[in-house]
Amino acid sequence: MIKSTVNINALENEAIYIFREVVAQFERPVLLFSGGKDSITLVKLAQKAFYPGKIPFPLLHIDTGHNFPETIAFRDELAKDLGVELIVRNVQDAIDQGKVKEESGRYASRNGLQITTLLDAIEEFKFDACIGGARRDEEKARAKERIFSVRDSFGQWDEKNQRPELFDMLNGKIDLGQNVRVFPISNWTELDVWTYIESEKIEIPSIYFSHKRNVFQRDGLIWSADDSIVYRDEEETVEELMVRFRTVGDMSCTAAVLSNATEIGDVIEEIRSSTISERGARIDDKRSEAAMEKRKQQGYF
Amino acid sequence: MQVLKIATAGSVDDGKSTLIGRILYDTKSLTTDKLEAIEKKSKQNGYDYLDFSLATDGLVAEREQGITIDVAHIYFSTKKKSYIIADTPGHVEYTRNMVTGASTSQASIILIDARKGVIEQTKRHFFINNLLHVKEIVVAINKMDLVEYSEKVFNEIKSEFQKLLDKRTYAEQRVTFIPISALKGDNVVNKSDKMSWYEGQTVLEHMEDLNFDDIYNAGTPRFPVQLVIRPKTNDFHDFRGYAGKVYGGELNVGDEIVVLPSKTESKIEKIYFHDQEYQTAARRSSVTLTLEDDINISRGDMIVKKNDLPTIQSSLDATVCWMDSEKLTIGKQLIVQHGINRVLAKVNDVKNTINTDFSGVNPESNQLEINDIGEISFKLNKPVYTDSFKDHRTNGSFILIDNQTNSTVGVGFIK
Repeated sequence: MIKSTVNINALENEAIYIFREVVAQFERPVLLFSGGKDSITLVKLAQKAFYPGKIPFPLLHIDTGHNFPETIAFRDELAKDLGVELIVRNVQDAIDQGKVKEESGRYASRNGLQITTLLDAIEEFKFDACIGGARRDEEKARAKERIFSVRDSFGQWDEKNQRPELFDMLNGKIDLGQNVRVFPISNWTELDVWTYIESEKIEIPSIYFSHKRNVFQRDGLIWSADDSIVYRDEEETVEELMVRFRTVGDMSCTAAVLSNATEIGDVIEEIRSSTISERGARIDDKRSEAAMEKRKQQGYF
Repeated sequence: MQVLKIATAGSVDDGKSTLIGRILYDTKSLTTDKLEAIEKKSKQNGYDYLDFSLATDGLVAEREQGITIDVAHIYFSTKKKSYIIADTPGHVEYTRNMVTGASTSQASIILIDARKGVIEQTKRHFFINNLLHVKEIVVAINKMDLVEYSEKVFNEIKSEFQKLLDKRTYAEQRVTFIPISALKGDNVVNKSDKMSWYEGQTVLEHMEDLNFDDIYNAGTPRFPVQLVIRPKTNDFHDFRGYAGKVYGGELNVGDEIVVLPSKTESKIEKIYFHDQEYQTAARRSSVTLTLEDDINISRGDMIVKKNDLPTIQSSLDATVCWMDSEKLTIGKQLIVQHGINRVLAKVNDVKNTINTDFSGVNPESNQLEINDIGEISFKLNKPVYTDSFKDHRTNGSFILIDNQTNSTVGVGFIK
């Protein structure tokens, strides 16, 4: 059936335009896939951009080895359905090779260790454009990120010398060895992503919805006690609560929130009325005021 | 939900970040954790009020110097609209950021310090908004609390600013004056009880009432082809689709079209958005078209309606805003990126530089320095298909790329 007018969802149309520019301007693009809702949304947008063609680039997952098992299962299933190549590179390998050192102590996390593995993968496959699901509303340093963000051969972000982006013209011209990080959903908010997941009926991993979990409390945040990866003091007592995860990062740095939201509609209602920001439950951002900016300069997303 | 993008402009210390922080605070868009961080930091710095600028000044260097040095994007929404605020810096040397912020905005807030009135920077901010054809301007006269909420001060600044209106080139622009105190929260989101003499709307009320069809600049339909989609699968063996974004006006199935540069004629056979077929592609939609005839089309070609051709130009006369520390001089080679189409260009002539205080041009200038604006002629190695900027905000503009450094070094608005 032929419908009347293409519905204008400004954010969706912008993202599709960006995806098409990536494929036109670069030789070896890759989509950085974490298994989280933002990267799942990216996959949906990529499908739309190239239909009836297949998504013309592989997915790359930098696996910290500390991911929620639900996320990994979901990732493999999705790649199979799409018929798209899935490349997985493990942080454990970099640790074993002595390239990076595992953190220790109560806030130990492998989140920052992803940088080396990511840069190695970029070099191994000669990727010139890495598409990521970062959004400007997430964090202050990200608010200044470009849609096409040029990184030098060390993967570094030069925040003071960014290319201006005028109208919707994207300049992806780079030298050999440089690469570009591309953020098609830069202008989406957390709520925009959820509303889109609802209207498009996109499947997401179960840990985004309320479930029973053994948890303990620290610094006002709720931590999963089900996974041995998360460090826990003897005196931090475990209790069973109804929780869900708002972001799905490395288990060691992602806290849960109390929730009874079992459907997407409930989740949206919860976010609308929430007074805590999405990254409020990310311990990696709380290390210092400039934590994200520092990680980005080193090559993080 | 509709998205409205607002650029902000003001000089250092005019309180721009404070205004944005105030909007976020009064619309309850600041989450508890962000608010706590602001409270903590304000106390550390020894302030006896909440420093809302901490909500937006994102980079370390900015927090150290207490100034904004790059465009930051801030998001909030009301029941009516989603908003993106582009927080652009007020320093003279950061004109490029202001131009960048305004290029994607439909509305602008220009801040004036009530104690200082219209200063050179104010003129520059208005000049840039005028140059970029930003449709909706709010002149927010800030720090009214420091001039005893005086109606006289407000009226004096307003009439001073109105003198600029006679000199502008973009007359369709609407300008609204609002007296505010961002620090105290007067007339930003909530009505002030200290200025009963002001009967107009608050800044947010004004933005809430803007009508979208009104503030998006329309034009004739232009469809630059981004990609040719040829899946070569069993189901879509002979499929040949042209992917791109519709600019200016809508396209319909059955429209008679011309493909540039070959000037081949055909008709639109189908319009796809993902796996659905549509009768009409609205402007700003990213669609895939198929044509009734097999034509050789590649990226950078443009599909237009048969009776609505753009100008095919091998040379360009444009107003250019230069953004690089290396000067633009006659003979310089550059890349012109017009939409998605890149061509090599050479600077043929620098006609003048334009004073951003509306005082006229300097015809003897023969180069553009960083942050200069001037009239430039380019010679191109291949033609581009353009409209004038006044008729078409997207098809009438281009960016300049340095072919040595690959940086974006300027932006042009076609005559």
